[in-house]
Amino acid sequence: MSLRAGIVLFPGTNRERDMAIALAKVSGGREPVMIWHKETSLPPLDLVVLPGGFSHGDYLRCGAMAAQSPVMRAVKDFAEGGGHVLGVCNGFQILTEAGLLPGALLNNAGLRFLGQDHHLTVAQTDSLYTKHYTQDQVIRVVLAHGDGNYFADSTTLDRLEGEGRVAFRYAGADGAVTEATNPNGSQRNIAGIFSDNRRVLGLMPHPEDYVDPLMGGTDGLPMFTSIVEGLAA
Amino acid sequence: MSTRPVDEKLAREFGLNAEEWGRVQTIMGRQPSFTELGIFSVMWSEHCSYKSSRVWLKELPTKAEWVVHGPGENAGVVDIGDGLTAIFKMESHNHPSFIEPYQGAATGVGGILRDVFTMGARPIANLNALRFGRPENPRTKRVVDGVVRGIGGYGNCVGVPTVGGEVNFHAAYDGNPLVNAMTVGIAPKDRIFLSAAAGIGNPVVYVGSKTGRDGIHGATMASAEFDANSEEKRPTVQVGDPFTEKLLIEACLELMKTDVIVAIQDMGAAGLTSSSVEMAGKGGVGIDLDLDHVPQRETGMSAYEMMLSESQERMLMVLEPGREYIAEEIFRKWDLDFAVIGHITDTGRIVVRHKGVVEADIPLDPLADQAPLYRRPIQWPVPLPVLDSATVQCNMPNDEALLQLVACPDLCSRAWIASQYDPAVGGQTVKKPGQADAAIVKIEGSNRALAITTDCTPRYCQADPKMGGMQAVVESWRNITATGARPLAITDNMNFGNPEKPEIMGQFAAAIQGMAEACIALDYPVVSGNVSLYNETEGKGILPTPAIGGLGVIEDAHAARGIAIAAHQDLVLIGETAGWLGQSLFLREILGREEGAPPPVNLVAERRNGDFVRQQIAKGVVAACHDVSDGGLLVALAEMALAGNCGFALDELDKAHATHAFLFGEDQGRYVIASADASGLLEAARAANVPARLLGRTGGNELTFPGGSSVSLVDLKEAHERFFKTWMS
Repeated sequence: MSLRAGIVLFPGTNRERDMAIALAKVSGGREPVMIWHKETSLPPLDLVVLPGGFSHGDYLRCGAMAAQSPVMRAVKDFAEGGGHVLGVCNGFQILTEAGLLPGALLNNAGLRFLGQDHHLTVAQTDSLYTKHYTQDQVIRVVLAHGDGNYFADSTTLDRLEGEGRVAFRYAGADGAVTEATNPNGSQRNIAGIFSDNRRVLGLMPHPEDYVDPLMGGTDGLPMFTSIVEGLAA
Repeated sequence: MSTRPVDEKLAREFGLNAEEWGRVQTIMGRQPSFTELGIFSVMWSEHCSYKSSRVWLKELPTKAEWVVHGPGENAGVVDIGDGLTAIFKMESHNHPSFIEPYQGAATGVGGILRDVFTMGARPIANLNALRFGRPENPRTKRVVDGVVRGIGGYGNCVGVPTVGGEVNFHAAYDGNPLVNAMTVGIAPKDRIFLSAAAGIGNPVVYVGSKTGRDGIHGATMASAEFDANSEEKRPTVQVGDPFTEKLLIEACLELMKTDVIVAIQDMGAAGLTSSSVEMAGKGGVGIDLDLDHVPQRETGMSAYEMMLSESQERMLMVLEPGREYIAEEIFRKWDLDFAVIGHITDTGRIVVRHKGVVEADIPLDPLADQAPLYRRPIQWPVPLPVLDSATVQCNMPNDEALLQLVACPDLCSRAWIASQYDPAVGGQTVKKPGQADAAIVKIEGSNRALAITTDCTPRYCQADPKMGGMQAVVESWRNITATGARPLAITDNMNFGNPEKPEIMGQFAAAIQGMAEACIALDYPVVSGNVSLYNETEGKGILPTPAIGGLGVIEDAHAARGIAIAAHQDLVLIGETAGWLGQSLFLREILGREEGAPPPVNLVAERRNGDFVRQQIAKGVVAACHDVSDGGLLVALAEMALAGNCGFALDELDKAHATHAFLFGEDQGRYVIASADASGLLEAARAANVPARLLGRTGGNELTFPGGSSVSLVDLKEAHERFFKTWMS
C-alpha cells in the first residue's frame, strides 16, 4: 500500500516531521513529499496535508498570511476537484482563513497556550479520516495551541451539526462533552470539522503525535490507517 | 552621543574601572575612539570575559573519552554513538528577565538555541531552571507569568519541545529571579561547525534579522547589580522574534549540508563585536568590517550602536570564497537578510569602517590576552553546623505532613507551567515532564534516546556551598540514572551574587570544588557552561545557585523507565537512610526552620548505588524508578503514586525508623524502585553490597502509612495541584 501524500511547508511550519512520521508509518515507510509554499502547482497526490506550526509567526491572524501563499491556489483547486486535504492545528487555521472550511479559530478562552493531553469523542465515522474509529469513541490526543477556540455563527454551527460535519469534540476521559471538558472555549466543544463533501478535515489536536506507544499513545493511529486504506492504490 | 570625550569618566560609565581604562590606553597607544572603548568595555565585561570566574572554572574536569568538544566552543559536544553527537549548553538570562520578564525569558531561549544550531545541530529539546521570589511578594506573580509565557512563546513557535525544568521559590530571589535556559541538539559527528575564522580574504557574511538599537550594552547591564532605577534599563533588553529564529535554524541547517561554511558563530551577548572578535581571535587572523553593508532596521545608526547592538536572530559566518551565491540563494529562499560585510585579513586586528571612516582599529591578541583576569579576595564559607535530627520534635501526623509538603510551592504540581509549553513537537518525546526523573527524547531514525535534566538545590548551596555544588551534580546524575540512561556530561550555569564581595567569591569557589569532586568521581565532566554574577538588588544577593544541566544516553528508548507505579508491584528503597533533616523541606515547610548542614553526599555510595540501579533497569526487573530528593522518601513515593494514579501500602517499621526523620529526611544516594520481583532485586543488592529494603506494595486508591494512617489519591492530587490553581486564578 502506498499513499501519495504531500505536506505543505510554510515559513514557520514546525510539525511537518511529526506528520511525515505518522504517514510513513502507515505507508510502508514511504515518506510524503514536502511542498514549498511558493510552489504554484501540486504533483500528483492522494492527500495534501497542512501541518502544524506558526506560519509567518502567526503575527497577523493565525493562518491568515499562509492562506495567501501561492501554493494555496493549487490546494484550493485540488480540494474543489474532490481532493482530500487534512489541516492540523495551524493547518486548520489556514483552511478557515482560505475559506475551505467555515468558521474561525480564536484565542483560547483561558488566554494561554495549551500544551497537554486531552480527550476527544469521534462525532462522525463516515469519512476517509475516521472510519477506523467507532461512533462516540473516546480518544486521547495532544493539544498544542494558543488559538484553538473554534467560532462560527449559530446558523453555521447548526448546519455543521445537521450535516454531520463535526468530526471531533473535546471531551472528558469518560466521553462527557461539557463546558468543564472544553479546554479552549470552542463553540459546542468542536475540535474538528469537515467540508461539505467530508474530504477536507481541519482539527486542532495532533493525532500525528500519538501513533506509537513509545511516545505515550496510539489513539491517533486509526486516522492514518483509515486514510491509507481509503486512498492507497 | 559619540561627540562626548572619551575619557576615564566615560570608561567608568561603560563599566570599566580605572586600571582597566589604563590598560586600554596602553594597548591602543593612543586615546581610543568612542567605538573602540565600547568594544573594549563589552569584551571585558564580566559577562563576556569571565574575569572573576575563569581562575576557578579551570578546576572543573572537562575531559572524557566521549567528549568531542568541551568548554570554549559555542556549546559542549559529546559522542552518543551511531556516529552522532549531542550538543548542549545552558545559559542564563537573569538580568533581562527581571527587567522585562517576557522578552527576557524569550530571548534567553532564542540565544541558547543559536549556541547549539550554530554548531550544526538540529535542536531537539529545551529545558529550563527557574528561581523566583516568594509567592507572597506581589511582583513574583507577574515575573512568573511573564517568564513562563516568554519561554513558551519562543520555544513553541520555533518548534522545539520544552521537555523539562525545575522551579524554586525563595525570598532571596525576590529582586533577582533566575532564568536559565538549556538546549540540546543532535549533529553527525563528522559535521560539526566551529567558530575559528580562517582563509585570508574569505568573505565575512551577516545573516538573519536586521540590526536595531535594542540591547545596546546588554552585556554590561548583565554585569552589574540592580538598584531602584533598574526599570530604566528596560531598553537594554532585546526583543525576540521566534519566527525569524525558526527560519534561521532551517536556513543554517540547509546551508550546513553544503561545503560553503568555513566558520560560523551566532551574535549573542555583545552582538557583532563579540562574534567578530572571537571568530578572528580563535583563528589567529584579522577581520575587516564595513558597517555600511550591515542590514539595518533603523536609520542613522552609528558604528558604536551597530557594534554593540544585541538585536536577536543574527549569525556571522566566514564562507568559502566565490561560493557566497550558494549561501545567498538559501537565505533568500527563507526571506532572511544576507550581506557580505567584510573579509578575513592577516593583520591580527579588527578594523571597523563606517561611511569611509575607520571607527575602530584594535589589535586582537591584546584585546583577548590582556583582558582582565581577577583572583578576587575570597572568604571561604563556614558550613552551618549539623542539626541533630533526634532533637527535632514534631507532633504532626505523617498524612497531614505529606499533604502539606506536596502542596508547598517547591513541591507542588508544575502542570500549570508545563502545560504552557509544547512538549511533543518533533514527535520524539518519550517521557514528558513529570513522567520520569529525566526527560527522554528519542533520536529520530535511531533507537537511542537522550535523558536530560536540570538540577540544583539552592538551600543546600547556601548552607554549605561545596556540598551544595556536589549535590547539584549528583542529583542530575541520579535523575539520569533513574531512567536507566548512562550519564555522560553536564553543562553548568553558575548563578551567584557580586564577586567583588569575598563571601560571594567564597561561595563560588567552594561550589566549584564540590562540583569538581563529584564530576571526577562520577566520570561526568563539564562540557559547557555560563556564569552569571552580580545577581544582587540593592546589595541583597541570591542563594548560590549552580544549576546543572545533565545529559545521558540510553541505547534503546523502550528500556527507559518512568516514575509511575501500577498495582501489584513491590516497592524497594535503595540506599542508606540516616534520617537527615538539616535543610530539609520538612524542616522548612512544616516547622518553619531553615537550619543545619545539608545532607552529606557520599560519592562512593552514590556511584555504587546508581550503577546498581542502572544495571537492574538494563536487566528488565525495574517497572518504575524515582530518586529520593526534595521532601524525602514519602514525597518520592507520593510522586510515584500521582504519576501512576495508583496507591500503595507501606509495611510497618521498627521503632527506630517510624519517625519523621526516616520518612521525610533528605539523605542522598537513594532511589525507590517498583518491581514485580522484590526478592530478586534484594538478593542482587546484597550481592552488590548495596543497601536495600522492602518498603511495601502498590495498589488501591490510598496511600497507607506505617501505623495505619492513610491519604486518598484524590486528596493527594487536590493538595498537589492546589498552589498554582489558586495563585494564578
